Amino acid sequence: MTRADGMSQRTRRRFLAETAALAGAAGLGLASHPAGATPASMQAAIRNVTGEAKLNKGKVKLDVPALIENGNAVPLTVSCESPMTQEDHVKAIHVFTEKNPQPNVIGVHLGPRAGRASVSTRIRLADTQKIVAVAQLSDGSFWSDEVEVIVTLAACLEGA
Amino acid sequence: MARALINVPAKAKRGEVIEIKTMISHTMETGFRPDSSGRPIPRDIISELVCKYNGEEIFRAELFPAIAANPFLTFFTVATESGTLSFEWTGDNGFSASESVNITVE
Repeated sequence: MTRADGMSQRTRRRFLAETAALAGAAGLGLASHPAGATPASMQAAIRNVTGEAKLNKGKVKLDVPALIENGNAVPLTVSCESPMTQEDHVKAIHVFTEKNPQPNVIGVHLGPRAGRASVSTRIRLADTQKIVAVAQLSDGSFWSDEVEVIVTLAACLEGA
Repeated sequence: MARALINVPAKAKRGEVIEIKTMISHTMETGFRPDSSGRPIPRDIISELVCKYNGEEIFRAELFPAIAANPFLTFFTVATESGTLSFEWTGDNGFSASESVNITVE
């Protein structure tokens, strides 16, 4: 009897574990929107821009509210310390997200005539996630900044 | 023709860094939303904005569906000479719009 109890206890535990695993998998399936960006695809998109170059931290400042009520229009500013001269300027600024349907958000191309390496826009955010800004300098180096944001109302992926 | 708003100072000192604000009316349909019958609504976005100062390109932005509706962009440039700043948006389904403003540099 005791032995049988032990057996059922074990199967019950296994059953619970498996159900939990299944639920977890289903939850993941729901969370990641069809063809959604993942941290891996964001890394791939960043690699696409930087190539083999090393991605340094710093110089760039990504300004975005930490708590976002409405993911449909999120103000975002990316600026980069640079004298913006012919010899030393920011060539491009790119923004990526981790969990939007696509990792790319915007890519801007600047030159020494910009005077100041700063760009602002309004973006959509589909989930609580990490945003990464990457700046390419004229010397070929890449600099980045990242911000974790909490989104309460996601940009609508549901029906119109 | 989509309505576009440009905000650039009318006058600037030579060498001054000026702020340029642009906004254009556009739904920026992402292509990820289903309609009421469940079919995805096809993507319809503005994919590029080019800004030229007296014909020379000073700023170019590639936009993706993650840009909010009515794309708003702010950036900077150095006021070098009097002339025209022209803006050109292009996008899906042959979308194209342009706008230009004059600036006086003293």
